[in-house]
Amino acid sequence: MSKYESVIGLEIHAQLLTESKIFCSCSTTFGNEPNRNICPVCTGQPGVLPVLNKKVVEFAIKTALALHCQIAPYSIFARKQYFYPDLPKDFQISQYELPLATNGYVEINVNGNTRCIRIHRIHLEEDAGKLVHAGSDRIQGSTYSLVDFNRTGVPLMEIVSEPDMATPEEARAYVQEIAALLKSLGVCDAKMEEGSLRCDGNVSIRPVGDKNLGTKTEVKNVNSTKALKDALDAEIVRQIKAVDAGERIIQETRHFNENTGQTISLRSKEEAHDYRYFPEPDLVPLEVSKEWIDEIKQGIGELPAEKIKRYVEQFGIKTEDVETILESPGMAEFFEGAIRLYGKPQIVANWLTGEISAYLNAKKLEIKNSKLKISTLVGMLALIDKGTISGKIAKEVIVKMLDTGKSAEEIVKESGATQISDEGELIKAIQEVIKNNPKPVQDYKDGKKASITFLVGQVMKVTKGRAKPDLVNKLLEKELS
Amino acid sequence: MNELLIKPSHELHELLNKKEVSSSELTKLFFERVESVENKVKAFVTLTKEEAIKKAKAVDEKISKGEKIGPLEGIPIGLKDNLCTRGIKTTCSSKILANYLPPYNATVIEKIIAAGAVPVGKTNLDEFAMGSSTENSGFFTTKNPWNLETVPGGSSGGSAACVAASEAVLSLGSDTGGSIRQPASFCGVVGLKPTYGRVSRFGLIAFASSLDQIGPLTKDVTDAAILMNIIAGYDPKDSTSANVAVPDYTKALTGDIKSLKIGVVSDLMGKGIDNAVKDAIKAAIKKLEELGAVIEEVSMPSFEYALPCYYIIAPAEASSNLARYDAVKFGHRTPDPQDLLSMYYNSRREGFGPEVKRRIMIGTYVLSAGYYDAYYLKAMQVRTLIKQDFEKAFAKYDVLVSPTSPSVAFKAGEKTGDPLSMYLSDIATIPVNMAGIPAISLPCGFSNGLPIGLQIMGKVFDEEAILKTAYAYEQATEWNKQRPNL
Ligand SMILES: [Zn+2]
Repeated sequence: MSKYESVIGLEIHAQLLTESKIFCSCSTTFGNEPNRNICPVCTGQPGVLPVLNKKVVEFAIKTALALHCQIAPYSIFARKQYFYPDLPKDFQISQYELPLATNGYVEINVNGNTRCIRIHRIHLEEDAGKLVHAGSDRIQGSTYSLVDFNRTGVPLMEIVSEPDMATPEEARAYVQEIAALLKSLGVCDAKMEEGSLRCDGNVSIRPVGDKNLGTKTEVKNVNSTKALKDALDAEIVRQIKAVDAGERIIQETRHFNENTGQTISLRSKEEAHDYRYFPEPDLVPLEVSKEWIDEIKQGIGELPAEKIKRYVEQFGIKTEDVETILESPGMAEFFEGAIRLYGKPQIVANWLTGEISAYLNAKKLEIKNSKLKISTLVGMLALIDKGTISGKIAKEVIVKMLDTGKSAEEIVKESGATQISDEGELIKAIQEVIKNNPKPVQDYKDGKKASITFLVGQVMKVTKGRAKPDLVNKLLEKELS
Repeated sequence: MNELLIKPSHELHELLNKKEVSSSELTKLFFERVESVENKVKAFVTLTKEEAIKKAKAVDEKISKGEKIGPLEGIPIGLKDNLCTRGIKTTCSSKILANYLPPYNATVIEKIIAAGAVPVGKTNLDEFAMGSSTENSGFFTTKNPWNLETVPGGSSGGSAACVAASEAVLSLGSDTGGSIRQPASFCGVVGLKPTYGRVSRFGLIAFASSLDQIGPLTKDVTDAAILMNIIAGYDPKDSTSANVAVPDYTKALTGDIKSLKIGVVSDLMGKGIDNAVKDAIKAAIKKLEELGAVIEEVSMPSFEYALPCYYIIAPAEASSNLARYDAVKFGHRTPDPQDLLSMYYNSRREGFGPEVKRRIMIGTYVLSAGYYDAYYLKAMQVRTLIKQDFEKAFAKYDVLVSPTSPSVAFKAGEKTGDPLSMYLSDIATIPVNMAGIPAISLPCGFSNGLPIGLQIMGKVFDEEAILKTAYAYEQATEWNKQRPNL
């Protein structure tokens, strides 16, 4: 066992899913051609002024409530000043003193244990633009650089945890929990690979049992929860080695290289920034009334943790199925809608987490954007119950439903995939199987009753799965007796 | 000189309505005037003759059709060159913005366009409105029409001089520490700084965001009220603009100030104020008393800290507001920069003048880690004290009066080598911006042929009281009828 323990705190930057930017009315649509979503305000033209987007505040309050934070009735914006070409005003409007929310917590599950991670603060700020460099991958050494301001002014919410995580695994679980929460609140799509959720880790080590915190380093450039865990693991190993070798840890920012699995020093001390924060004089203090908070509270509905509990208790379905359902945007609503029409929660859950999720994941779709409707899914389940199609056929039918948006009945009719309920037709098939399989037939007649399973399988094959197995079994027994 | 050139807008409006003169004739007349005196006065950075002619024609068509025209329709106006005008050069009199074409109009410009005023051009200022003489303009110095050896004041020197020299009927300026009132005083015109938040700042190129305010410079108090009617009001594009009802300011011009309580700020009537100025102010106070006002002296002890605090807060905000001139998106870029830093350093070194650099450095310093509390935070606390001093005084008085400037216009070059003495010329105007209250300056006498200005300060959002007082005084005196002989 190591004689050191690690202490981890995380800063999460979440891009909020508002339609317009935080201080102007430009669209936040991702992936447009460069410098399409821009205006005088978000390009920092002389004379422009910011106007705070109310929706952004609402999303942050929603999150703050879900994370049990205290929401400040009075908070202020500040200018964080530094020169960089992706920052049109050469300062970022952020919050420094008096942030929007403080003192919250979230519960995470790691290896069956529940841990409470405290939230230090939540604040709002604007995103910067994007640089494209010619001749190098950074500004140093490039022949020229281009700047795209589409992302400039996209609202960011920063969630800062307390240093409450003891292991990289906990850090990973924390990010997953926050991501699920943001998604279920509909405030952020939380895609780390696309940068809509970004995460920096602050990590230090100390001798086991020591109460004082060691010098921390900040680990950047992780774009998945796995990378976060790997980066923290690597950084902890580096720190332990350094301390054991008698070196001192210096407070610095370190860059994680996914290829080497190592962290490297990003900024030397002399480049340490003095951001010269001061209150943003172009914005008035943000006042949040109790009434507004109550109104937002009403609109939040159930949080993921509450929902998991309810689904397990009320519907008796498996926790892992609930988690899969909640991970996919809109699927919980779909699930509940289907249950209202059809009942049988576990059967609905099986279909949603099985074939349907597989299809959606492969096509990178959300269920609400797919062609499947609650009514058509329920229609298909009813066909199975009536015996019109087998479960096996249904797995093909559902893919066609997702592809075309047609009902199961239409698809079955078109493909002739209905089950054979005409006994005469079935008996014909059975007689054919008996004729072609004399050995198993003899075995059965000699008392090896188990060989009937083989014969049923053969009948199913001949009927291309359109027969009902129990009916086949019954009719076979009759024919063989 | 054609007598139309010296008339205020409300008189010209009558003549336009009676078809005694057309807007096109008026416009032609003013541009002829510009041609004959502009080489001496140098009030304009850019002239907008084509726009003006087009606009005047449109107004004349309206009149000929018998349509009603608004009070400023067809009236030539000068616009300070820190107000963004779409597609028309807006330079802030800085080399760094020498060729900047804004993609949008300031809210006040939209309002001026909607009001149908005829734009003569963009007026010269101290670079980024930092200065008290227009000598800090990155292009050239504007001259005081009363004496071309002296400065017109600043930073709205061009806006004051163009009205005094009859190159425009009226103009818009901006006031951060006295930049409307002090040049109005130096040039013998009326200048009003509205309450902070009364006029939208959207499109006013920021110097110090918490102090800047746009306001009128005019030939008389009535014109100031008329222009205020057009530019005042809440703007959703400016979060700091106030959602407060805007009265009809011309209604305040009753001429009746009986029993009005006036406080004379004793701290601005002592040391550092020229005797000639003091005498003129005392005479003005006597006149106000004769008109029925009740006069008392009031002391504002926090005023002595206003100037030093201003020179912390204003540069702090300026250092941040001017960061965006980084040669990335617009403005001057040094030829052939070697790398990013040399682009930043050289472009800003070449683009900004010495006073702007001085203030950026001061502002950067006072916001730096370890100095913030001692300077910026402390200055903000003193600012609160200044506000409280005003609140106390306004519990007792309807308006306060003082000189606008400690002296009349000084000689060009006299103070350029001594920034502190230059800064002192705003000692009476700065407390007003620190408190966010409105104040007006109007002519109240002469010394050596140079105008003296009386400053009248009012409660927050009570521009009516200062307009009322100023109007009563103006009606009882002849100072504003004086015109420089160019
Ligand atoms: Zn924009």
